[in-house]
Amino acid sequence: MSGNNSAPKETLFSPKNRKLLSEPIGTSNPITVQVLGVCSVLAVTVQLRASLVLAIAVVAVMGLANVIISILRHGIPPRIRIIVQLTVIASLVILVDQVLKAFVYDVSRQLSVFVGLIITNCIIMGRLEAFALQNKVWPSFLDGIGNAAGYGSILLLLAAIREFLGSGTLMGYQMIPNFVYDIGYVDNGFMILPPMALITVGVIIWIHRHRDRGLVDVS
Amino acid sequence: MQDLVNIFVKSIFIDNMVFAYFLGMCSYLAVSRTVNTSVGLGAAVIFVLGFTVPVNYLLESFILGRGALSWLGPQFATVDLSFLTFIMFIAIIAAMVQLVEMIIEKFSPTLYSSLGIFLPLIAVNCAILGGSLFMQERNFGHITEAVSFGLGSGVGFFLAIVGIAAIREKIRYSNVPDPLRGLGITYIITGLMGIAFMSFMGIEL
Repeated sequence: MSGNNSAPKETLFSPKNRKLLSEPIGTSNPITVQVLGVCSVLAVTVQLRASLVLAIAVVAVMGLANVIISILRHGIPPRIRIIVQLTVIASLVILVDQVLKAFVYDVSRQLSVFVGLIITNCIIMGRLEAFALQNKVWPSFLDGIGNAAGYGSILLLLAAIREFLGSGTLMGYQMIPNFVYDIGYVDNGFMILPPMALITVGVIIWIHRHRDRGLVDVS
Repeated sequence: MQDLVNIFVKSIFIDNMVFAYFLGMCSYLAVSRTVNTSVGLGAAVIFVLGFTVPVNYLLESFILGRGALSWLGPQFATVDLSFLTFIMFIAIIAAMVQLVEMIIEKFSPTLYSSLGIFLPLIAVNCAILGGSLFMQERNFGHITEAVSFGLGSGVGFFLAIVGIAAIREKIRYSNVPDPLRGLGITYIITGLMGIAFMSFMGIEL
């Protein structure tokens, strides 16, 4: 990558490349539009801290996996490409898992199996299949980072909503002042339970499609 | 025996893959348009989970876990290969899916043609890898427990996907607000189904 970084800025962040980065965050968001990688979004969003760690992990795995597959794209026989992709992703996830265990052990305990489940996260496989196998290294890297960021933005939004309404905190810090509780405000414990994650995503999709009419499912 | 039934029922209703852990959501949302296809996918998931969880259990307890290699000799008693878990599990799953596909093709061509494209897709279904990882986390004492956990999780997924497919077939005739059509309403219904399944919480057999 160092060779690419020394190239002039205009070619690195040309409008086309910028679009690769920004589109997945808005109009082709992996979660709300492409419906990929939904599992972990729903399960780990009880607290903002865990979600932030998972989002960073996914950005790292996805950026690197896209780069590696893009470098190897001429050497992979099409018949065994899924196994090659899974092996690359699994090796990267092992690295991420070891790093998390070493530096943020409590969060790693909290995420439990969901770090391992990054392997089967469909966004990563989906982007490798759809983009990295046909494109050069730098656009693939941007596409990976962009999609992971689109995924991460929904993850963080959902976690912020659920933690704020469910426990009155953000990142573990109390957000709702004590006098509000004295008046009689009660945390909505229901937001912490699994089903509310689904309903909250449903509402986010509703708002997103309401603002962006082109996405409405007409069938 | 009672333990096995307990694990089976618990993994169907209380620790349901879809409603309690949201695993296998991608295929759950993508393949639940009609009841027929969802029955096919559900059956394939039961099959593959019932196979891979016990196989990965054996792998975990005889090769990967801390001290699991001690059957090779005392000098292996301290070897801990657990960092290889992910890559081994996913390899076993990919291989088992391929094997199951070939077995079904050979012995029951009708079932094979009805499952069709869903079988290879199962390799990247997170419910399958999730089943193996939860098995590892729960430290089952015996392989029969792993079998009943695998089958129970599969049946739980089957019930969930057939249920949502039936509801989606009905809801096609309802007057849903435009932006909520399709994906949005499916999420909300799944949430409501999850609330219904929560009523099983705390049941001990």
